[in-house]
Amino acid sequence: MRQVAILGVGMTKFGISEKTNLEMFAEAGLDAITQSNIEPKDIEALYFGNCLGGFEEGQLHMAPFAHSELGLPVAAPATRFEAACATATVATRHAALLVGAGVYDVVLAGGTERATTMGTPLATRTFAMASQAQYECPAGITFPGVFAMAAHMYANKYGIPLKELKRHMAGVAVKNHYHGSMNPKAHFQKEIDVETVLGGMMVADPLQLFDCCPFSDGAAAVVVAEAGRAKDLVKKPIYFAGMGQASAGPLNLQQDLTRIRAREASISQAYSESGLGPDDIDVVELHDCFTIAEILALESFRFYDFGKAYDAATRGETALKGKIVINPSGGLKSKGHPIGATGAAQLTEIVEQLRGESGPRQVEGARVGLVDTLGGDFGTVCNIILRS
Amino acid sequence: MEYKLTFDQYQQGLEQEEFSGLQCNACNTLTFPPLGVCRNCGGADLKVTRISGNGTLRTFTVIRVAPEGMKPPYVVAMVELEEGAWVTGNLVGIDPDEADMSLIEKKVKLGSQVVKGDTYSAGDSRVVTFSLIE
Repeated sequence: MRQVAILGVGMTKFGISEKTNLEMFAEAGLDAITQSNIEPKDIEALYFGNCLGGFEEGQLHMAPFAHSELGLPVAAPATRFEAACATATVATRHAALLVGAGVYDVVLAGGTERATTMGTPLATRTFAMASQAQYECPAGITFPGVFAMAAHMYANKYGIPLKELKRHMAGVAVKNHYHGSMNPKAHFQKEIDVETVLGGMMVADPLQLFDCCPFSDGAAAVVVAEAGRAKDLVKKPIYFAGMGQASAGPLNLQQDLTRIRAREASISQAYSESGLGPDDIDVVELHDCFTIAEILALESFRFYDFGKAYDAATRGETALKGKIVINPSGGLKSKGHPIGATGAAQLTEIVEQLRGESGPRQVEGARVGLVDTLGGDFGTVCNIILRS
Repeated sequence: MEYKLTFDQYQQGLEQEEFSGLQCNACNTLTFPPLGVCRNCGGADLKVTRISGNGTLRTFTVIRVAPEGMKPPYVVAMVELEEGAWVTGNLVGIDPDEADMSLIEKKVKLGSQVVKGDTYSAGDSRVVTFSLIE
């Protein structure tokens, strides 16, 4: 495999947008292209992420339209990826695989989502479509519900009183909002406290409103290129060190929701390919769609033993200047979660961190960063380790 | 290869209070609800079998913000069957506001109920329900 790098990144502000999916993606994509010191005509393929365009705007087959918005060459194929919340990470991984294999030299990857057009009831319904339609959906399962069941299982398995676990889960939300308060592109840029989280309306017991990430609009994109070309084009290319992706089926086959099988397989691939391990990672953007999700991920990556990460945020170990900085962007929780774009936004944060461009939320001396994106009810996990 | 136990056949079973699963002729594992192959060994030599309908509740949640078309609050739970397979469904016969951690590890009996289809689904279907065994 050839060495592969990210040349440039771009993302819109996340939040509630009046812009269309295509307009947002055009902004993010053109920023990534401009930052890479190339032109749209240099792009050889577009790996485009979008999950729910059919419901948001009545738009399927969005990839060729995104391609036209950016003025990409007709000979550069545009392909849509859909892997629920892991969409843009999966798209980027496949871009890096094909550049590594020598099929292309320069590929644009990323995604866009305009979830807020749907309103909460329809958004909740369509997000739940990423659960199994015959054997799970008819029970009325929702995404908060899936992670709520994981939280109850975690409390029971490790003998942690639910009230205590919830305080520490609230600590995750407080920490990520603190990080997000320093990110001008975050959906929420406001600090909160534990009492705010514990006073929120119940969404799916035991998850309350502030345990949950928001529905967001936004787009993000990255330019993936062969490393030899990267050095000629930009001052600080950021290199792919290792990647992983794995799949697991419906919840009833996964059984123990405290151990994310797809994530354990995916990170093992990424550690193995990169020759790196948990001690080598300086900064992490991981899939904190719900507060409990961050706790589970910390254990999957072996930053903590199983059953031991639940109070990491409360102890300040995962905040800026902590032992291992988790979600300096604010994470999905505070930065927002436009599902088709999320992975590319996580990559954008890690690239900027490794270039030393993150301003007040810069992780000092960060050289190796990990991206983690989880799709559906633990069905897809994709990990990308980047290095400067 | 013909699909051994289709969703439609499984649903007809639920309607008659018969819970059909697939027993693997190679490793003896029970797959429930059905899949194309054995959930343990991947083997396709399967026979349709009736399960006991008894299990243990492993986790649950109370849905309070529901998808369009569903009426909250209601309880979603995961149950481990006597035969080892797990299944997701609705815990019924309790007040959702009374649901707490003490439910975990309680013994339950399987049943089923009809869920109305919506614009996006393939029509009405039956979902597995769980009732606490006193």
